[in-house]
Amino acid sequence: MIETLVFLVFAGLAVGSALLVVLHRNPVYSTVSLVVTLVSIAVLFVLLGAPFIGALQVLVYTGAIVVLFLFVVMLLNIGREEIAGERSLLQKGAAAAGAGIFLLMGAGLLWRQTSSVTLDELSPELVSLRALAGELFARYLLTFELVGLLLLVAVIAATVLAARTRPGERLSLDRPFAAEVDDEPSRPAAAEER
Amino acid sequence: MVPISWYLLLAALLFAIGTVGALTRRNGITIFLSIELMLNSVNLTLIAYSRLLGDHTGQLVVLFVLAVAAAEAAVGLALFIAVFRHRRTIDLNRVNLLRW
Repeated sequence: MIETLVFLVFAGLAVGSALLVVLHRNPVYSTVSLVVTLVSIAVLFVLLGAPFIGALQVLVYTGAIVVLFLFVVMLLNIGREEIAGERSLLQKGAAAAGAGIFLLMGAGLLWRQTSSVTLDELSPELVSLRALAGELFARYLLTFELVGLLLLVAVIAATVLAARTRPGERLSLDRPFAAEVDDEPSRPAAAEER
Repeated sequence: MVPISWYLLLAALLFAIGTVGALTRRNGITIFLSIELMLNSVNLTLIAYSRLLGDHTGQLVVLFVLAVAAAEAAVGLALFIAVFRHRRTIDLNRVNLLRW
């Protein structure tokens, strides 16, 4: 009974804040309501017998990824999206496509009759972190190592992409602020050009 | 006990909301947020099936999706910063250098 109640509350919260993410014009509000969605989904993870993944979701997603988003939103100082007036035909089509995807998935679900499947009791084996880690470091060890490599590559790529360099200048980590000097005067020219 | 299909329906709904957001918005950051939303709804599906089948594989895949999402967010946001530096906007209707 209480499980159903928790599910309904957090499912409603997730859907509501997801709508806010998509519909709000100010990216700061969108980002903050994504936090609400992610935390609600983390609660559902716990409800499904995956407390470790839920904790990880809160730590990694809301703690690292969304904070990164907020940093960038505030760094770039993006205001509200200008209202371009009419929604284009493409956008209307896209909205219809989204609704179609939902209907298709819902229909597929009903067709497969998953609703008639009854869950067995939550086994301690599924919740146990020891079993999870055992499988992670035995069967998926190579994948685990590759993901570590991927993160390293991503860190290097992000640093190189976001570093401020002038044409012809090599990226230098010794003088991180040297490139900042007299960078601003070139801005108005670039703005007019556009 | 909550039937597993409720979780799957919720995930489908979140995925559809994310799709609509990614396709209709023009602000690069918001599109990125919608993609994160879609990733998360898929994670919910994986966890739900992991619960249904009593198997750890779904949870482990979610673990990897989490790491890939982190890498994707880092690189994507760095790209946005680089684009913003040149064009002073991340409105994707105006960042159309590679568009035919």
